[in-house]
Order: sequence, then C-alpha cells, then structure tokens
Amino acid sequence: MNLLELQRRMAEDVTRPLTPDFQMQLKASDGRSTQELANSYIKPNDRLSSFDRLEIYNRQYWFRVIGAVSEDFPAVGAVLGAKKFDAMVLAYLRENPSTSFTLRNLGSKLPKWLEAHPELSPRRHKLLLDVARLEWAYVEAFDGADLPPLTAADFGDLGGASKLHLQPHLQLLDLRYPVDELVLAVHRQTAPSDIMSNAVTERKQPKRISLPAMRRSQIHLAVHRYDNSVYYRRIDQEAFRLLSALQGGALLGEALEIAFTGSALSPEDQAAKIQEYFAHAAELGWFCKLQES
Amino acid sequence: MPANRFNGFSDYGVGIGLRVPHYDHIFAEKPVVDWFEIISENYMVDGGRALKVLDQILERYRVVQHGVSMYFGSVQPADREHLKRLKTLTRRTKTPWLSDHLCWGSVDGRYTHDLLPMPYTFEAVKATAARIREVQDYLEIPIAVENVSSYAEFHESQMTEWEFLNEVVEAADCGILLDVNNIYVSSQNHGFNPFDYVNSVPAERVAQIHIAGHSKFEKYILDTHDHPVLDPVWHLYARAIERVGPTATLLEWDDNIPSFDEVHSEALKATQYLTPAEPLPLNETAADLREVVHQ
Repeated sequence: MNLLELQRRMAEDVTRPLTPDFQMQLKASDGRSTQELANSYIKPNDRLSSFDRLEIYNRQYWFRVIGAVSEDFPAVGAVLGAKKFDAMVLAYLRENPSTSFTLRNLGSKLPKWLEAHPELSPRRHKLLLDVARLEWAYVEAFDGADLPPLTAADFGDLGGASKLHLQPHLQLLDLRYPVDELVLAVHRQTAPSDIMSNAVTERKQPKRISLPAMRRSQIHLAVHRYDNSVYYRRIDQEAFRLLSALQGGALLGEALEIAFTGSALSPEDQAAKIQEYFAHAAELGWFCKLQES
Repeated sequence: MPANRFNGFSDYGVGIGLRVPHYDHIFAEKPVVDWFEIISENYMVDGGRALKVLDQILERYRVVQHGVSMYFGSVQPADREHLKRLKTLTRRTKTPWLSDHLCWGSVDGRYTHDLLPMPYTFEAVKATAARIREVQDYLEIPIAVENVSSYAEFHESQMTEWEFLNEVVEAADCGILLDVNNIYVSSQNHGFNPFDYVNSVPAERVAQIHIAGHSKFEKYILDTHDHPVLDPVWHLYARAIERVGPTATLLEWDDNIPSFDEVHSEALKATQYLTPAEPLPLNETAADLREVVHQ
C-alpha cells in the first residue's frame, strides 16, 4: 500500500459513521468487515486490536466534527435535542464532507441542506430552517471582512446610476419566525470557546436549554457587526428589499424601485423612509468602498 | 535562551497558549507572560473580534504561531488559499518561527480535521519533506514540525517514529517542535522507551518544546490537554533540556481550562528545569522514568 492508498483507506475508515452508541461499525458500506480492513494496514498491540486502534480515530473524528457544528449551531441543537442533532450532523457531513482546512466552514452548507430534509423535524422544519440560517449568518457576521465605510463626501456624489456596496459582514435575512429571540436566548446560555486546538476531543453532552415559545410571524433581520460585536437588527420589508437589491448588484435607482414596488406609501412617505434607511445604514457603516485587490 | 536558525535566533522562555477564557484577565491585569502561542487557524479570518484581540495582544506580548491543519504528511499539494491566509497572518504577528504537525489529515480535497499518524516509510519522508520545503519557501520563515501523539501504527512502517522525524527534518532542513507529552503518550500506546526518542532527536534542530497533560484510560492514553503536566512528562522535559539546552517552552491547556493564573503557574514550573541550580542527574532521571513506564 503506497502513501496515497493508505491515506485514502484510513480517511474512509475514520470518517465512516459510528453506530448509535458511538462505536465503530462492524461493516463498511460495501459489506466488507471493518476488522479485516483495519487488520490490512494497522498493527495490533498487546492491549488493542487493529480495530480498536482505528476506532479511537473514528470516534475522535465524529466527536470533533459534531462538537464544531454544535459550537456554531447551538440553537439548532437546542431545538432538535442532542440525539437528533448528532444524527443530523452525521447525515449532513455524509453528503457534505469538509473541503476546507478550517472547521469554521464546516456548517456553511447546513442551512441549504436542511431545506431538503424536513424529516429531521417534520413539525418544526420551517422554524429549524430559520434558526439555522440565523446561526450561520452570525458566523459570517462574526468574522466577515470590515471594509472602509463611505464618508459623507462619498454620499454627496450618489445618483440613480450609482452602485453601492455593502459590508461583507452584513447578512440580510427574511424569516418566518422571530428566531432572533430564540437564538439570543440560547447564546446567552452557552459559553464561547476556541474553535480549534490540537487536543483530542471528548464527547460532551450539551446542557438542557430553555427556549422561548415561537409563533409564526415574519421578520426581516440585518445581522451585522459593530465595534466587533454581532447585532441582530430588525428592519422593515422595504429596507430589506432595498438592501438585498444593492447586495445583489442592482444600481441605486433600480434598488429603490424594487424596494417600493407595490408599496401603499405616498411618494413623500417613501422619500422619508429612504432618508431614514440611509441615515441608519450610514451610521452603522453598512455602505463601504470596495477593497482594491 | 539559546537561539538557533529554526526559531529565528530568538530568546523566548516559557509561554502559554492564548485562549478565549483568559482574554478578559489578560486585558484587565496585563500579566507578565514571556510569550503567547496562538492557534493560527483561529485568526485566519477576514475580520472581527479575533483579529482585534490579536492586535491588542501584539501591542504588549510576543506571539508565536502554531497550526493544526497544514498536514505536512498529506501526499497531495497544499491548499493555496490556506497558505495565502497563513502568510498574511505571519506578516501580522511577525512570528519568528511557525510550527505545525508531522502528520496528515486530508486526502482528495477532503479534511478529517485530525492529526493522523504517518506511516514511517521512505516514501513518506520524501513527500513530507517536499511539502515542508514548499511551505517554508512560500512563508519565508522557519518551520518547526511537531511530533504528534498517536494511537495506531502501520504495517508499512520501515523505521521508528524518531528515525522518521530525523529523516524528515534533515531532508526538509527544518526545525523541530518537540512535544514531550506526545512522546510520552505514544510511548505508552506503542510500548517504546520515550528516552530513546528524546535521546535521538537532533538537538541543534529543536526550536521549541511543548508540555501538556494527558488522560489515562484502561488500555491507552489520550492527548487531552486538560490536566496539569504529569511527572513522567516533566522527567522527559528535564532530559530534553539537558540535551538541547534551555529552549522556548509552551504549556498546552485546551480543555477544561482553569484560571489564567493556574495555567501560567503550571507553565512556569518549567523554569526550574531551564535554569537548574545544579546539573540534573542524568541516570537518576532515566531510572525515574523507567519506573513510571513500567507501572
């Protein structure tokens, strides 16, 4: 077995899902005995078989990745419960193995993936989706780039054909539930930690967290960073449309039109709203200059 | 502290890992710490609090970068985005040297996020040394490779772990981050004398030493970094210092992290070995360790 063959063999074995009680499976997906697979390249010693030694790595892999996803999605974990959460991570990573050097990106596809998996929580699927989207938005806002904001002089030059850029850390969400309350409640009850170290991870049982009741009620959120803290700011639908259009690359004039299409507001009220939106956004530094590469 | 080309001719003493639970204490109390080791990956981000904290730390303290995902032993090419971000961070921290592990962890673009052990083969020596050279050339700073704790050995191996380490660092012309806790953990898991390991390392290449705690299970030991340093590891550390001279030393404590003062006090126990009142009795140290190994 050359080096590449050995690494492929071991990677497959280490990332194979565990049994429900966190043991290494006895069979691979193609029916081969994992004991024979382990024997083929791992030496036993006087205390542990090849299987036992491989199992240490198999378990560590899952403890580490479940821990990392738990860290980024504590509220998803609180809504699902520990057992279902572990099963979700297992199913998610089976379809979306890590392709990044950093554990920070491990959950990047989880909100999208959850859309196709209502079976994980049939009664609370839409709530769960909103929670996952908000928690991932938090990750993006937490360490996204912060570019120099536009100055008052920059604003003076704006016209309908201007293109406005938004801070990379600013995340805009259209949600069906007021999950900002739920996520904040969970974050208040969980401690921050380092995302990475080189220590072996132990499986820790998450503590039970009390959740606020959720009733369906559409909200729009701007998840952003200010002075290195992440904030959830509720914005109205027109502001959401305006900012989303700008984020999507629309010119200022186009974005304003999108924002107020079908609006019952009078032109005067619309003008007042626009002034208000821009004042808030400018105050929070949401409009920025693009970084020259 | 003696300087060598593998630690940027620096004179670092005893440091500790920079960890989130200690941020408030560090900024409020401004404790005297010789240097902090950071996990590079925690700061390879585009913005936010981590970088702000790092910049504040850099104003007052010396920082050395330690990585957990370069995977020098992975047979396929290094991730360019990773290297680019790492280089940006080294420019920020001005780390005099950079360390990562002598292990592999990714294959075919997929990451295990673990420090997987190498087969000790000549093929692996060649591939690993080439990758270390590539990274060292790109980053333009000295690289030190750290021996990992391991729980498995391969039929394919053609040499001992310490022979493999020596072959790699010679071929790559790089330094060593000698983790004496990892040596102890692996010695217990694989049944070798950890002194043989420490005595075989090319002393002139040791850039830094790691000490840490571990957890003992019925049939194996895990490198958990959640305890004080245990006596057998201090014995090994003493022997390592005898061989390589006083060397930049770092206590790793990554889980169940106690107060800053507790971690720092534990780390500072190393100073008694770095500046001994009289030379340590070599044979006695070895005898002590043999007793522990055969418990």
